Amino acid sequence: MMIAAVCGVVSALCLVAACKREERGLRVDPPSSARVNSKTLSELRPGNVQPISAPNEFEQNAFAMNEGKRLYEWYNCVGCHAHGGGGIGPPLMDAKWIYGGAPEQIFATIVEGRPNGMPSFRGKIPDYQVWQLAAYVRSMSGQVSKDASPSRDDDMNVKKPEQSTEQQEPRGTGGVPKSAERPQ
Amino acid sequence: MKAEENTAQNVETTTGSHETTATTGAASAQAVLALSLMEDQEHAELERTWSDEPGLWNWLRSVDHKSIGKRYIVTAFIFFLLGGLLALIMRLQLSRPENTLLGPDQYNQIFTMHGTTMMFLFAIPVMEAMGIYLVPLMLGTRNIAFPRLAAFSYWIYLFGGITLYVFFFLNIGPDTGWFSYVPLAGPEFSPGKRVDIWSQLINFTEIAALAASIELIATTFKLRAPGMSVNRIPLFVWAMLVMSFMVIFAMPAVMTSSLFLTLDRLVGTHFFNQAEGGDPLLWQHLFWFFGHPEVYIIFIPALGFVSSIIQTFSRRPNFGYLALVLSMIATGFIGFGLWVHHMFATGLPQLGESFFTAATMMIAIPSGVQIFCWIATLWSGRPQFKTPLLFVLGFFFIFVLGGLSGVMQASVPVNLQVHDTFFVVAHFHYVLIGGAVFPLFGAFYYWFPKMTGRMLGERLGRWNFALLFVGFNLTFFPMHQLGLQGMPRRVYTYLPGTGWGKLNMLATAGGVVMTVGVALFILNALWSRRRGRVAGDNPWGADTLEWATSSPPPSYNFDYLPIVQGREALWARTDDAPVVTGLRTNCRDVLLTKTLDAEPDNTMSLPSPSIWPVGVAFSAAVTFIGSCFTPWALVWGAIPAFISLVGWGWPKPKDDKCDLTPVDEWSEEKRRKEARRAQ
Amino acid sequence: MSAPARSGMSAHARRLVRDALRACALACYALTTAACTGSQSILNPAGPNAGNVSRLWWLMFYVCAAVFLLVIAFLAAALARTRRRTNKLTDAPDTEPDAGRERRMRGVVTGAVVVTVIILFVFLVASFTTSRSLYALSDPNNLRIKVNGQQWWWQVEYENDVASQTFKTANEIHIPVGQTVTLRLTSSDVIHSFWVPNLGGKRDLIPGHETTLWLKADKAGTYRGQCAEYCGLQHAHMAFVVVAEPVEQFNAWMEAQRRPAAPPANAEQQRGQQVFLASPCVMCHTIRGTDAGASVAPDLTHLASRQTIAAGMLPNTRGHLGGWVSNSQELKPGNRMPPIPLAPEDLQALLSYLESLK
Repeated sequence: MMIAAVCGVVSALCLVAACKREERGLRVDPPSSARVNSKTLSELRPGNVQPISAPNEFEQNAFAMNEGKRLYEWYNCVGCHAHGGGGIGPPLMDAKWIYGGAPEQIFATIVEGRPNGMPSFRGKIPDYQVWQLAAYVRSMSGQVSKDASPSRDDDMNVKKPEQSTEQQEPRGTGGVPKSAERPQ
Repeated sequence: MKAEENTAQNVETTTGSHETTATTGAASAQAVLALSLMEDQEHAELERTWSDEPGLWNWLRSVDHKSIGKRYIVTAFIFFLLGGLLALIMRLQLSRPENTLLGPDQYNQIFTMHGTTMMFLFAIPVMEAMGIYLVPLMLGTRNIAFPRLAAFSYWIYLFGGITLYVFFFLNIGPDTGWFSYVPLAGPEFSPGKRVDIWSQLINFTEIAALAASIELIATTFKLRAPGMSVNRIPLFVWAMLVMSFMVIFAMPAVMTSSLFLTLDRLVGTHFFNQAEGGDPLLWQHLFWFFGHPEVYIIFIPALGFVSSIIQTFSRRPNFGYLALVLSMIATGFIGFGLWVHHMFATGLPQLGESFFTAATMMIAIPSGVQIFCWIATLWSGRPQFKTPLLFVLGFFFIFVLGGLSGVMQASVPVNLQVHDTFFVVAHFHYVLIGGAVFPLFGAFYYWFPKMTGRMLGERLGRWNFALLFVGFNLTFFPMHQLGLQGMPRRVYTYLPGTGWGKLNMLATAGGVVMTVGVALFILNALWSRRRGRVAGDNPWGADTLEWATSSPPPSYNFDYLPIVQGREALWARTDDAPVVTGLRTNCRDVLLTKTLDAEPDNTMSLPSPSIWPVGVAFSAAVTFIGSCFTPWALVWGAIPAFISLVGWGWPKPKDDKCDLTPVDEWSEEKRRKEARRAQ
Repeated sequence: MSAPARSGMSAHARRLVRDALRACALACYALTTAACTGSQSILNPAGPNAGNVSRLWWLMFYVCAAVFLLVIAFLAAALARTRRRTNKLTDAPDTEPDAGRERRMRGVVTGAVVVTVIILFVFLVASFTTSRSLYALSDPNNLRIKVNGQQWWWQVEYENDVASQTFKTANEIHIPVGQTVTLRLTSSDVIHSFWVPNLGGKRDLIPGHETTLWLKADKAGTYRGQCAEYCGLQHAHMAFVVVAEPVEQFNAWMEAQRRPAAPPANAEQQRGQQVFLASPCVMCHTIRGTDAGASVAPDLTHLASRQTIAAGMLPNTRGHLGGWVSNSQELKPGNRMPPIPLAPEDLQALLSYLESLK
């Protein structure tokens, strides 16, 4: 009975903890791109209804975020944003989001591109990989579940692994990236 | 006065239901001509002192080495069945090219679970379990040294095994192989918690194994019956002793490496990160420094089984006792010098390669000595073809073949060709199944009567052996050929053009035959446990001390601790053999003897049943598993662990020493239990 | 008691004989089939390394087979001897065996151990000699090829002191017959193992540790190799081919490989190139002579000249290529190529272009 109870408790714990974390999504459909909501330029909306933010399911999946981390290197995001600290592009591990830090806003930024240097990857990166990248990008500022975020990689490590990053509460939007600053 | 009468009456009822106990007592204590009433009273008191009271709570508290041993064996056997089922699924997947029964992710989890289960949850635990059950009986003592540690060992092993399987069914099964090479198992290439669970499981089983080894060593050194000097220790006990020492030296290596892996994955250390000054080869060295001795940890107890069975069934003492003991010890030493032969393909300096080639070939010498000695024993003995001996003959056939293919692989050039192919799969199944599982089945047939009081069916046993033997060879012999044709290990499928299909199909067919063989064993065990022929104390006419007591043995093992008069204790025993008297019957007293000569040294009172070992094991399990998910688990888990450790070590009140439940109360309890049983 | 026991024993003896026969039969089968099969077989050597190893293998095989039969024969004889004796467990054990016989047996056992040691010593010497022969091929003037293992394909780089003469290809290694090549083995992710059974033993590719292997083929031919160290999801399909060809042919091949890709020859190929450059393909692959220069996936400059695609898994045909581009995850689940949904006419154009990359 004790054993059964232990089993029960353990499996309940695991079920709660596991959920979607462990799936190896080799053939899964990505979250729909139709949910994308890009940044609006006006604060006024007809009907005064706030847009509903769609969660990115990949943010609970360790495998998908790890893939995002790999693609971040493969597609040379590192070239501008470095490992989150920024350079030519703005840093991604801080609390400041110029074009919004919600999953769908990051998706839109990658797909649409942004003024002042962010290229548009429309047609170059399949949607599901963009969602993987978006999930990874949010893990850089500690905004996803710690037990699913990527750990360190087998490389020179210039910052803490994503799973040990403290959560940054997203702070306002706006401002300009470094690349758009007026040269001094 | 009235109370005393009451007691006597109760005691009588109790002994009445334990007839076997009474008769054995009479048999082994012929020299002590005491009044039978007095004896009965003594036995009743011993029973009261040593037995576990009924009920789930007391079941959990049990520190009796026989209960723990049996639980351990049954649990390990269940894991064996699970591992075997996984193997069967793998064989079905591989039976034809490009089969789609399993995808790569499932297959990888399954082969990892198969290897991990067989190595960590079956092979080591079952060998230690046999030791926990048999060693105290063979040494003629009442319980194992550190009985609470034995209970702890079982519980932590059980929790570890359950955890692994619960996670496996939740799709969090490890998928990096039982060897978990980094960087594949490292943080970058194995996201999620799969490998964390695996490395925590390693900690569970290693702790269990270390605990069991310490008990076995202490028991062997200090609790032997008087007269059992070092040169009279049964070969089985020698085997367990050598195994225990190997465990103590091998396990720390794998615990270190799994700790490093956990830290790399959870904390972000760089033990195995080349770019930051770590090294992926460090893992391989640490892992195989454990991994190779591990093979001998599994194999050496099997030598003990084989020695016992051959001695009994050829009706003569083993030929070359000293040579056998020394060769076991030599195997134990040389076993630590071969680990690099798992790493020849990593590109070592030639001198290093040569050294490990020589060492690997050298280990064939002690194995040769053992085989030759046993053949000599059979040659000059009068073999009785009972099922246990059949399994041992199967062991000869399979193990010699596997050993020879092992010698081939000691050679670097050959190794570079066959390493990580199905040839190796064939080889190590020949040595592990042939070298350990066949003797283990023999041991089950041999000691089943001692554990249950009933014989396993002989006819089913023969079928069991035949199917297992034929099925085994059918499964694994073709794999040699597959390896030579270039089939690598750990592939979830293969292309039709490779021409590997037919032999794989043959192997799968063999796997099915083996499954039937194992199923027969289960049937046989279930049937015989209830209806088998009643065994009696010594059904095989064997020589070691466990056969001197009743089957199954009473909670206190022996009415009077025996005194050993020769190497083959029961064969050398005279009718007027002396026994040990004077141990308190109301205390869990055991006799300590001197390590070399086994002269009586002191007496000691072993600890009573306790719930705390379960508590420590449970809180450790929760801490280990929780720490995969959050580092705070270590902090919060330390609290219950600390409390249970304090509870475990809490000294008994001084005046309460040996004072157990008052007699009449206990008898009342006992009577209720009997009544329940009768219903 | 004794009758059934005897019959049991003879049944056992029969079983023993039967098993022995079966083992022999299987062994014979192994011998006959092994020698003549396979472009991925250890016992069908096509180069000096594999040749030396297979000679050593056969020496060990015959000696070990003899030892095995001898041991089993002794065991069988030991069991057969006891037929004449009584068979009762209840019989008193023979606690004091005949001293003379014990002495004789001690002699035999000691002899057997000595023979074991001698055999092992012979093996040891043979093994050392063969080991040395494997290293004998090492020479700084050898043709150098760098093989980089990745999940789950092989990048092959022909090195040259002149930078412009180096070139990369994937999953197919061409070597000249009769010349030794030096393979520098590296890995950029996990541990892999490079193994061409017909040419020689394996060598691991370990991230951060460069390892070296020497290969030499005596016979022209195509030999299949496969990753031999478990490396993740698609370990099973991480194969490659080694094409050993006469020197002139090899040089011609090398010349062709060094050239950038031919420009599209017609409108469809032109469109195919546009599709390639506008789709996700360009994010990972290189086609020299175009804007595609990413280095994380196989170099496709001369894709059409290769025998296989998907790391030795599929023959290089238009059909397989089409399936691979559209949804490689169905064919090789877990591989790193995303499914590329293209309009049918775009896909056809792309395939025409890829097929033109000779």
